[in-house]
Amino acid sequence: MTVPVSWYLMLAAALFAIGTIGALTRRNGISIFLSIEVMLNAANLTLIAYSRQLDSHTGQVVVFFVLAVAAAEAAVGLALFIAVFRQRHTIDLNRINLLRW
Amino acid sequence: MLDLLWLIPVLTFTGATLNGLFGAKLPKSVVTAIGVGFPGAALLVALGALWQFAGTAEAFSQTYWNWTAGSLTIPVAFLLDRLSAVMLFVVTFVGFWIHVYSVGYMSHESGYWRYFAYLNLFMTAMLLLILGDNYLIMFVGWEGVGLCSYLLIGFYYDQVFPPYAGKKAFIVNRIGDFAFLVGMFALIATFGSLRYADIFPQIAANPGLVTGSDYAFGLPLAGFIALCFFVGAMGKSAQIPLYVWLPDAMAGPTPVSALIHAATMVTAGVYMIARTNVIYQLAPGISQFVAVIGAATAIFAATIAIAQNDIKKVLAYSTVSQLGYMFMAAGLGAYSAAIFHLGTHAFFKALLFLGSGSVIHAMGGEQDMRKMGGLGKHLPQTSKIYWIGCLAIAGIPGLAGFFSKDEILHAAAAEHQWALYAVGLITALLTAVYMFRSHFLTFAGKFRGTHEQEHHLHESPPVMTIPLWVLAAGAIGAGWIGIPELLSFGADLNNFHDILEPIVLQPAGLAVEEHHMSGALQWVLLLLATAAGVGGWFIARSIYGRERGLAADRTFEQRWPAVHRLLENKYYVDEIYDRFIVRPLAALSYFFWKGIDMLVIDGAVNTGASTVEVAGEVGRFSTTGNVRNYALYFFAGVIVLFVWLIL
Repeated sequence: MTVPVSWYLMLAAALFAIGTIGALTRRNGISIFLSIEVMLNAANLTLIAYSRQLDSHTGQVVVFFVLAVAAAEAAVGLALFIAVFRQRHTIDLNRINLLRW
Repeated sequence: MLDLLWLIPVLTFTGATLNGLFGAKLPKSVVTAIGVGFPGAALLVALGALWQFAGTAEAFSQTYWNWTAGSLTIPVAFLLDRLSAVMLFVVTFVGFWIHVYSVGYMSHESGYWRYFAYLNLFMTAMLLLILGDNYLIMFVGWEGVGLCSYLLIGFYYDQVFPPYAGKKAFIVNRIGDFAFLVGMFALIATFGSLRYADIFPQIAANPGLVTGSDYAFGLPLAGFIALCFFVGAMGKSAQIPLYVWLPDAMAGPTPVSALIHAATMVTAGVYMIARTNVIYQLAPGISQFVAVIGAATAIFAATIAIAQNDIKKVLAYSTVSQLGYMFMAAGLGAYSAAIFHLGTHAFFKALLFLGSGSVIHAMGGEQDMRKMGGLGKHLPQTSKIYWIGCLAIAGIPGLAGFFSKDEILHAAAAEHQWALYAVGLITALLTAVYMFRSHFLTFAGKFRGTHEQEHHLHESPPVMTIPLWVLAAGAIGAGWIGIPELLSFGADLNNFHDILEPIVLQPAGLAVEEHHMSGALQWVLLLLATAAGVGGWFIARSIYGRERGLAADRTFEQRWPAVHRLLENKYYVDEIYDRFIVRPLAALSYFFWKGIDMLVIDGAVNTGASTVEVAGEVGRFSTTGNVRNYALYFFAGVIVLFVWLIL
């Protein structure tokens, strides 16, 4: 018995929604970061699902790109958070509003 | 030497440039050498060129390059013909001697180098004006002399009045210049050229070109151009109604008044009309207008001069009056008489101004004749020279003014313009009265100034008196080149008239009216003119001579207070202009400044700026600096994008 593609898509949509809500509501920088990772993986899941459905490898290739970008992003982002933490002893984003007018 | 014509203005311009750029750092002797040396060299070259010109007397033209703008080509060229030759002699000769005189007169001034730079620049512009081979070169010179006049009137820029007077001269002149420009545009539109040699023969050969249908304001082309040019001349040559700047121009140094505001620049208008004689001959109505304005100016200014107490003001109004004479002659078609009077006037009026300068120099800057008197004892040479000048301008037989003035009056009589003749004769009488009045008040009687001034009185140094004697010789002798037919005893001694005859082009089809007057009538007219001059002297002597001094003026004041006030205040013309022209214009300018410029134009710009500013003030609240807010915007944006793409 095969799992229909719509199930994958529903799971991916749920994950994406969870990630989005987490990214918008969390105050801790690391939590937001993790939420974004969840959103990225929801997108990956969608790609894989379609790849299988359409019997094409293109989607899987794109997933590798996304993973690479996510890894790079994680490295840069964590480095930034460490730098910010050293400066201000917090990574509460409500208190890091340097871009303000 | 004729080929070196270009060198004459170049020389004076070199002097102006050297002194203007480096004069402040140069020692005074070098400034003097440059300031007088270059005009002197220009005089020598001019004399050489004139000598060679006199051999053939054929018009000589030199083109340097062509200035092209679109389809219009204006040659930058000089022309030496009989008319410009006369002007060239007067300008370089009188100009040079006034430069020499200035060395003495200006020796104590701090702006010595500046003065000579301006004066040399003036000579350059004046030479361009008279040597130009077309109206545009003339106009360049015309504006150049206006600029130098402005600079030199305002020479004492640290005082209040001179800069104001300079500004007034410049602005009043602009009114005339505008008309001059319009006239030139009309010429370009019709003939496509501004060269005398292109335009005049065409008109002379075919007068129908300019006398045909209405061109503008109900005037044919000739009348329109003549009117425009005459309005230009009104400004430059101080005729009613634009004469008001000239008396105020006396705020400049006295040699400047002599050179610019008596001998040369102010006569440019007469020169222009004489140059344009073909067109004026074809516009008899405008010519009559010129003559009437000239005569009106002559008598108007002469009456003012009688009641003035400032010695330079007397001479200034006298200049306005004599210029009126010249215009009267030009309007009557006696162009050679106008130029003749221009030449003799240059000599005797420069002489009078320089004489008054010698007096002012001795008095330590005092110009009020009421504080002078008895200076004949202290300044014997100046007194004699001023006397010669008075005799010349009054038209005493034998001196320059007699011949030229008689020629003008003769022209009026010959045309049967008896009203103009009468005005001219009365003006001659008034001229003699006010000139001799100024002489008696200044040199006769007792000294009326302070003790300190009397102690200080001294005759001027030779560097000032020698130019005076040279000009005095001119004031006596310059008239002898134009002896009237009547006094020639059969021979034709009116050389000046013959010299200038060829410049008057005869338009085809215009009948030459030979006015022949009987010998007896001519004798009567001659005696009348002489009687006016001598009578003026007699009246002035019996009123102001000997010890009488100012008593007569006081009597006049008491007996006719209204008339005296009217004359002393120059008919309140300045006040009338101020009330009806200057102040409404100022009010209009104020309206444009405050109402249009500041409210509308600045307002529009400022409204735009403040709108952007308010938008920024509001919009900046969206930039909270909170990353999660930005993420929310971003997410909302994505949703909007999706909705838009899908629906």
